[in-house]
Amino acid sequence: MIQIEDLTKTYVMGEETVTALDGVSLSISRGESIAIIGPSGSGKSTLMNILGGLDRPTRGRYRFEGDEVAHFSDDQLADFRNRRIGFVFQSFQLLPRLSALQNVELPMVYSGAAPRARRERAAELLERVGLGSRMGHRPNQLSGGQQQRVAIARSLANQPDLLLADEPTGALDSATGIEVLALFQKLNTEGLTVVLVTHDRGVAAAARRRIAFRDGRVTEDVQS
Amino acid sequence: MSGASPTEIVRFAAGAIIAHPLRSGLTSLGVVIGVAAVVMMTSIGLGAQKRVTDTISGLGSNLIIVTPLQPRTAGGVMGGAGSGQSLTDADTEVIQRQVEGAAAVAPSVTGMAQVTADGANWNTSIVGVTPEYLEARDLTVASGRMFEDRDARQGRKVAVLGPTVVTQLWGDADPIGKRIRIRGAPFEVIGVLGSKGQSSFGRDQDDLILSPLETVRSRIIGRRIKADSVQTIYVKAVSEEELASVQEDIDSVLRAEHRIQPGEDDDFQTQNLASILEASKAAIGAFTVLLAAIAGVSLVVGGVGIMNIMLVAVTERTREIGLRMALGARRRDVLAQFALESVVLSLFGGLIGLAIGLLGAAGIAAIGNWPFALPTWAIPVALGFSSLVGLVFGAYPAWRAARLDPIEALRRE
Repeated sequence: MIQIEDLTKTYVMGEETVTALDGVSLSISRGESIAIIGPSGSGKSTLMNILGGLDRPTRGRYRFEGDEVAHFSDDQLADFRNRRIGFVFQSFQLLPRLSALQNVELPMVYSGAAPRARRERAAELLERVGLGSRMGHRPNQLSGGQQQRVAIARSLANQPDLLLADEPTGALDSATGIEVLALFQKLNTEGLTVVLVTHDRGVAAAARRRIAFRDGRVTEDVQS
Repeated sequence: MSGASPTEIVRFAAGAIIAHPLRSGLTSLGVVIGVAAVVMMTSIGLGAQKRVTDTISGLGSNLIIVTPLQPRTAGGVMGGAGSGQSLTDADTEVIQRQVEGAAAVAPSVTGMAQVTADGANWNTSIVGVTPEYLEARDLTVASGRMFEDRDARQGRKVAVLGPTVVTQLWGDADPIGKRIRIRGAPFEVIGVLGSKGQSSFGRDQDDLILSPLETVRSRIIGRRIKADSVQTIYVKAVSEEELASVQEDIDSVLRAEHRIQPGEDDDFQTQNLASILEASKAAIGAFTVLLAAIAGVSLVVGGVGIMNIMLVAVTERTREIGLRMALGARRRDVLAQFALESVVLSLFGGLIGLAIGLLGAAGIAAIGNWPFALPTWAIPVALGFSSLVGLVFGAYPAWRAARLDPIEALRRE
């Protein structure tokens, strides 16, 4: 599904040029469950941003189902993020003014879904993550684990090809973290490609393939 | 590919406004004041215009006023209008005879005099006229009768009173047949005029007494003017279309009568009410535009206020913008959301301002005994302008929002 070749990303920070990714090549197949691990500054977040279409590489190729994503325009990238990618963030990133249901509807608003279909789909997704009774609640009325499940439901709204989760358990206690990881595993067994970015070896153990990063390079790529 | 529908963008914008009611209200306040001021100024200006129109039309329709004008003296000093004595009965006759399209020609002289009756007294204008005066000035007789040419020829001391004079002298009693003394000379009251009310300049149009021209000239004004002199000749044209040509005819007939050579200045002037009306309306119109423009400045200030708050909102909601982009919002969706937010704020202010402006204008009209006027176009224009202000001043903050880098934006605390 994904082929990346010689992917390089450099940032200019003042006088210095920082190389966040240094010639990374790897491929990801449909249905895989991958953990990208490494300390902060290793380049794992940069890779996730490029995979998710939030950022463009300085050099190299990123092919997604045959499309050269590195050459997409801003609008094409927006549609790519909207339809192909589901994001789950460490800090949930729910809009505080909106109810759980409205938060889940958001990606479907930008894909132009009809209001009724959108609402039905959002309700169904919230049922699936076990929040059927909390649809009208606002984020501040939900626990951390519940908020993250709303965020997961939102990431699934437009039936993405790839779920990208950046430290999804980082803001949760360990018991809730385990529940959330179990949810990812369940989604993966249903066929969704899941990529988790973490610095926690324990979280990484939940994935079948682990790719370790250090200083912008892949240092380890193992299947279990 | 379909993006977010306009309805959804409007909902996002409205949601953000409703989330901070106090702030949104204060942000709109500048536009509220601006629009209210513009609406009020325009309405007051139009009211003034209407009032002047009513006053001038109240003098009589299709009316041409002929007054004496003193030609330049050797020293170059110009006498004021009406100060000369160049108009005479002969001029009245020549206009009657020679000017076609003159429906009524009414000469008049006016003097102030003390009037006494049954122990009461009142100081009023005594206007010496011919019976045509009623038609020329659009006056009516409410009770009794107007004097006729016969009364005038016989030099009868008869008087037709304005309603105010009647009230001042007798209160509610019927004055027909009663005697009054004007400057000591006895007059018989034969009629009462219909009320014309107050002119918009505050002058009571009912405070006068009409009496035959000849009688007033000899008994009231006396030796201060020549025996055949008249102060004003009112000429009513048969129709509005004829007004200009009648005026020209009067000019040429009087120049011939007064033997004024080509190149010499006239010793009289003719004014038609339509041209006086036009001039006054133009003057008031210009003044209204000036006032509205000054009020418009506050609308611009209101726009700057909106821009300021929108810039704050973009900074505050950077993370929201980053998230929306991550979820698939295109730059133009973000741009539209923030631009609309600004337009809705401004339009909301415009609506409130319109309501306040109308209420204010109606209030001023009521207090100042002023006709309330507002053209229907003012409403769409006020709302259109406030939307435009929102769009212009919201454009830059919205553009800033749309240019944000989603990664940076998501990272912002």
